[in-house]
Amino acid sequence: MSAVPLMSVEDLSVEFRTRHGVVRALERVGFSIARGETVGIVGESGSGKSVTAFTVLGLLPPAGRVTSGRAVFGGLDLLTASAGQLLEYRGRELSMIFQSPRTALNPIRPVGKQIADVLERHANLPRARRRDRVLELLARVQIPDPERRYHAYPFELSGGMCQRVMIALAVACSPALLIADEPTTGLDVTTQAGILDLLGDLSRTAGMATIMITHDLAVVAERCDRIVVMHAGHVVEQAPARTLFARPRHPYTARLLASTPRAGAKLADLTPIPGAVPDLRGETTPCRYRTRCERAAAVCDRPPLPREVVAPGHVVACARPL
Amino acid sequence: MALLRLAGRRLALAVPGLLGVIVVTFLLNRALPGDPAAFFAGPAATRQAIEEIRARLGLDKSVPEQFVYYVRDLARGDLGTSLTTGQPVLRDLATRLPASLELTLAGLALAVTVALPLGVLSATRPGSWVDHLARVVTTAGVSLPIFFTGLLLVYVFYFLLGWAPAPLGRLDAFSTAPRQVTGFFVVDAVLAHDGALAWAALRQLALPAVTLGLFAMAPIARMTRASMLGVLGSEFIRTARAAGLAPRTVLVTYALRNALLPVITLLGMVFSFLLGANVLVEKVFAWPGVGSYALEALIASDYAPVQGFVLLMATLYVFLNLTIDIVYGLVDPRVRIEA
Repeated sequence: MSAVPLMSVEDLSVEFRTRHGVVRALERVGFSIARGETVGIVGESGSGKSVTAFTVLGLLPPAGRVTSGRAVFGGLDLLTASAGQLLEYRGRELSMIFQSPRTALNPIRPVGKQIADVLERHANLPRARRRDRVLELLARVQIPDPERRYHAYPFELSGGMCQRVMIALAVACSPALLIADEPTTGLDVTTQAGILDLLGDLSRTAGMATIMITHDLAVVAERCDRIVVMHAGHVVEQAPARTLFARPRHPYTARLLASTPRAGAKLADLTPIPGAVPDLRGETTPCRYRTRCERAAAVCDRPPLPREVVAPGHVVACARPL
Repeated sequence: MALLRLAGRRLALAVPGLLGVIVVTFLLNRALPGDPAAFFAGPAATRQAIEEIRARLGLDKSVPEQFVYYVRDLARGDLGTSLTTGQPVLRDLATRLPASLELTLAGLALAVTVALPLGVLSATRPGSWVDHLARVVTTAGVSLPIFFTGLLLVYVFYFLLGWAPAPLGRLDAFSTAPRQVTGFFVVDAVLAHDGALAWAALRQLALPAVTLGLFAMAPIARMTRASMLGVLGSEFIRTARAAGLAPRTVLVTYALRNALLPVITLLGMVFSFLLGANVLVEKVFAWPGVGSYALEALIASDYAPVQGFVLLMATLYVFLNLTIDIVYGLVDPRVRIEA
């Protein structure tokens, strides 16, 4: 890992004001990503993976509020940057792809035009070159017959095809960081592999760092350098992928691994994680996994939540790690 | 190409509708109370005189026979003769239709120019003073009956303030109509390079157009707001923002174009409402349009103009809906494919 990370998120806390009180969606979240690195953020629904991504991009809905923390990207704190600065960064330096690609594209604008819009905004290309560049991009994300697809509308393309368009749109200006939020959810399995391979290819050839957000450990297992495990708005463990799979230290990570199907495993070997993501309204316990944890003890109720570096690059937020 | 096919198909689909309208208007008019022959013969007429008029009008024939004659005349472009004006109905309608269209289009244009930006503003700033103002204005616009708004405007701007001319038609007594090109006095006066006349016509048009506009504004502004709010919360707007597109591009090219789809449909409906609402507004402002013409004919049990009016409106609706379909197809590619 290089000395200066591409982006480092530190101490990030986010609250949502809802009709039923304040929800502390993120609490002191921290992780970093180096140039060209691929980091997986893993967790159940509601663990705060997507909120982290939206916060970094400045796309939190109006009800959300950053209460502490920094997200330093190339020397700029994205959380205190002006709207104008963020606009310059988004799409050019860091961009994002979403799940359900079909609805994430403008339904009444040809897909080629949508990519051209991004180029028009960020890339200093003459009008005539822009079209060629879009065709190049479509070819690069392996869309057959780019010339014809340029004029296609999202409803005329398959889900996988739309996700390829989405990727072309996101990498149009060769960003340094791409955040992929559940990029394969809702696609069929063969398409999933294709999309993930494409993302891996692009990041390798362009030296683009990638944050892969997913609830599926199997997806990130062989494709990520490092993995950040989130639970109920906390980062509970982060480690190099190999270490995490070989020797998880947080009870939640261990449970997550046990509930993920592997080759050669029997269905009976899969164990679900007991309980559900806790209610994050109002006051919460220091460790938010406490009520679901089989190792919970009195020490777990003592604030603050410890963050122990158990090995280089391996951090566990647990009072009684495995 | 797909668009032409769409237009052709919609046009073909309109034919049965028009046939239905012909039958219904005919029957409706026969079912109206009152005896036109007696009405036109006058109170002093003898029974024999009334019978003569009845025979001349063809009203002594059986209803199916009358219908056959009616359809035959229609096919020849003969809508009958008005008993009140003594003119062929077709000619009456042709001279009066531009007045109604001018008024309706002016009202609609006014409503759209105010309501669209108002709807967009209140959607981008929900809960702000613009939003509240929009809500008050639009609620007032729909809750007041249209003839009342008209009378109120006349009272304030003509009687109290004296800013508007007397509500007595399309031009004041001292002006003469411009040479007819479009039939819209304001446009024709401008084409004739007569600034003073254009101004005079515009002054006459202002109050009735505002009356119609106020009425039409409410649904357009509400629909724009609701539709904009929905679209602004959708995923592709988030994508556009994540790609760092300029806020203007996101708002206009991405959000507004999508938000306009239901508004276009609504515009067609509002236009139809306005054609109907015209009848009252024309009466209040002595506007010589087809609405007031039909109303007077109806009171006089004068069948032919009423039939002609309903037929004209039905035809207008058909073409209006066709236009809406085509515009919709231009904006939304998904509609083109279905055709």
